[in-house]
Amino acid sequence: MTASPLHLAVALDGAGWHPAAWRAEDARPGALFTAQYWADLVTEAEHGMLDFVTFEDALGIQSAAFHRPDDRTDQVRGSLDAVLLAARMAPLTTHIGLVPTANVTHTEPFHVATGIATLDHASKGRAGWRPQIAARAADATHFGRRTTPQLTDDDVRDPERIGRRLRPLFDEATDVVEVARRLWDSWEDDAEIRDAATGRFIDRGKVHHIDFAGAHFGVRGPSIIPRPPQGQPLVTSLAHAMVPYEFATRSCDVVYVTPHDRAGAAAIVAQVDEAAGRSGRDMRAWPLLRFAELLVFLDAEPRAATHRKTHLDSLDGAELTSDAEVFTGTPGELADLLLDWREAGLDGFRIRPGTLPHDLVQITRGLVPELQRRGAFRTAYDATTLRGHLCLARPNSRYSQERQTRK
Amino acid sequence: MSGPPAAGRKQVHLAAQLPGIHNVTVWSDPRARSQIAFDSFLHLAQTAERGRFDFFFLAEGLRLREHKGQLYDLDVVGRPDNLTQLSALAAVTTRLGLAATVNATFNEPYEVARRLATLDHLSAGRTAWNVVTSSDAFTGENFRRGGFLAEADRYARAAEFLATARELWDSWADGDVRADAVAGAYLRPGAGRFAHRGRHFDISGRFTTPRPPQGHPVIIQAGDSDTGREFAAAEADVVFSKYNRLDQARSFYRDVKGRLARHGRTPDRLKILPTATVVVADSDAEAAAYADEITRAQVSPQTAIAHLEAVWGRDLSGYDPDGPLPDIDPDPDSLTLKGHSLFRRGRAETARRWRALAERRGLSIRELVIEISGGQTFVGAPRTVADAIDHFVQTGGADGFVLVPHLTPTGLDDFVARVVPLLQEEGVFRPDYTSRTLRDHLGLPHDRGEDTADPAAEEEAS
Repeated sequence: MTASPLHLAVALDGAGWHPAAWRAEDARPGALFTAQYWADLVTEAEHGMLDFVTFEDALGIQSAAFHRPDDRTDQVRGSLDAVLLAARMAPLTTHIGLVPTANVTHTEPFHVATGIATLDHASKGRAGWRPQIAARAADATHFGRRTTPQLTDDDVRDPERIGRRLRPLFDEATDVVEVARRLWDSWEDDAEIRDAATGRFIDRGKVHHIDFAGAHFGVRGPSIIPRPPQGQPLVTSLAHAMVPYEFATRSCDVVYVTPHDRAGAAAIVAQVDEAAGRSGRDMRAWPLLRFAELLVFLDAEPRAATHRKTHLDSLDGAELTSDAEVFTGTPGELADLLLDWREAGLDGFRIRPGTLPHDLVQITRGLVPELQRRGAFRTAYDATTLRGHLCLARPNSRYSQERQTRK
Repeated sequence: MSGPPAAGRKQVHLAAQLPGIHNVTVWSDPRARSQIAFDSFLHLAQTAERGRFDFFFLAEGLRLREHKGQLYDLDVVGRPDNLTQLSALAAVTTRLGLAATVNATFNEPYEVARRLATLDHLSAGRTAWNVVTSSDAFTGENFRRGGFLAEADRYARAAEFLATARELWDSWADGDVRADAVAGAYLRPGAGRFAHRGRHFDISGRFTTPRPPQGHPVIIQAGDSDTGREFAAAEADVVFSKYNRLDQARSFYRDVKGRLARHGRTPDRLKILPTATVVVADSDAEAAAYADEITRAQVSPQTAIAHLEAVWGRDLSGYDPDGPLPDIDPDPDSLTLKGHSLFRRGRAETARRWRALAERRGLSIRELVIEISGGQTFVGAPRTVADAIDHFVQTGGADGFVLVPHLTPTGLDDFVARVVPLLQEEGVFRPDYTSRTLRDHLGLPHDRGEDTADPAAEEEAS
């Protein structure tokens, strides 16, 4: 029933996804703001032949609460701009996809689109993007130009309710992604002609204004950078409810979801299909890949992972909670779970390592070989672009298609 | 081979700018490669680093230029996002400074401060920011902000923008990341807290990014108006200048350096670097011939006509580029070239001046445009060029230069291989890097806040 290979991504964030991960034995908490720390992680992930790594980010400082800042000083706080971080990794790697988070609520869509296109050029076709709305009202004061809804504790208990309250921001995010995609298409692939005879560097008939006018902003275009190597860098989003599923089906190539078992995964896949149906998206022409999220602690020794997690829980003073399912066990047990859940209609998984580098190394040197033994994961990269790893075609520029249609 | 710094001789500072956009780049040369491919940037940056340059600089343009209502198609078009590209270049260089032009009109301080701080961390202290502003509604059409700033407000907003960015960088002290795993203390309480209330920005909250290795990235400024010079004297670490003729350069140098004392700064706190081009060959005669060839390639017949149209505001496509200038007057109300800072004002006067010059010297349209484009700054055999650069710096014309090669990506190769060693032998240019941060290369103090550094937090910081 399942012939297609599994796709695997790893979500990199600080010292790992456990709030006390920075206190783990092999953690390097003093190095989180150095390039070397991230280079070691990303090259390890590439060693494991993973499809891509993601870089978390936000325009506000981290918090234990979803909807407002806290003043804790016993957890990792502080972060680097993820697009720049991903770009810093590009020349150090050759195959792995690089997918930074970049905000779409307070930023200029033109700058974000240019930044992701630049990442795609610098990485020779390995860029992705996770557009992220600013869900915290407190982040708006960093810009002083607008306000966003303040979520309540009651909201936070219910993802559907959060989604409804933040719907205007998701609608705006749809516009931002649309602008980015138009800007990426605004130079046709062969726009640069260097025709010395006529003195023309570009064929201006192949560079297009995008003339986007939405409810929140307008962008005239064209892009200032030629079309990225992938044509369209990969757009991905994390979603827990119908409103963000709708955003994903309107705007994204990959959606990360958070089921807690195989049945839950099937239910979410059905919801995503329902959203896609309403948006009129043709999934055959434009596939939407579904990745499930898992927060994992892995050790070859049975029960060692559980002990590790319990120790970190005690350091943090609370049991770990997460939107994603928390898994503790051996790489072999995780392989069993991934292959089981996949049957619910998933294309892959984005795994959040509980601690770094420990759980990443368990993925690359434990889980990956286990999946390879079962014939479920690549044994070598057979493509050089991120779209290539995911078996997604390189789209034509919409503007070249238009011109061909008009002929 | 390289001598020690010569006593009493000023040290030359060198930077390189990626050529591109406008007609500096000879894209028609068979050796010319992509202006976008990362390998081109890598070649130029590594050549500059091999030449022990202070920094590599990227200019910015946030809208493609338009000429007579259509995209301008004669010159190099297309460039990457500066900070993203420089971050990638930080991976393939170790000492070279990385300077980004970032517009303070179509950005917000929180985000710009954060991205610059990030680059400074990821390059271990090699970041510079060329602060520019825009009054250009044409460019504004690409942004949420839209619109533009009144001319008079530009420096006021830029000054407040810069002050706000500095507050954000200072919101973390050097030792705020404690990372004390045993005590369970990751950061100092209150790290990153800020509040700025001003005319242009009213913002508060928590800044996400720990204090950059340089404290503050190096600040570059390029304005030439009286307000611009004053802003530079008060705020900048480096000033870019367009004056690369020695007499004009000395006058600019004296004026700007003379303004520093008013702001409580010594003359060595600000480095003045004119933009310059270099053509080097085996002999002076060969270099002169090559310079002529380059200039003619830069000003094609089509480019010459377009250049004139930008001033005349009229369609001049019927004129022969090898013939005389048009005798009709400019259209004062028509702006044919959009997205270019030149030729916004005084076009009628410019046209009169150009016509008089062309008539006096018997120049065709193309010859005139070549003439007013200014030619090349330093032309000659390696020794000639080295001596001219040294003389320029020793006699009060500049602290060094920003070199703009005419070829991507090999345009710096000859200079680095043949001229740099001579400057090093003269003892006026560093034989090797002696420092790691850009501030140190430039001899500028680190902008350090209260130093509460915890050695544990410095792990791997370099």
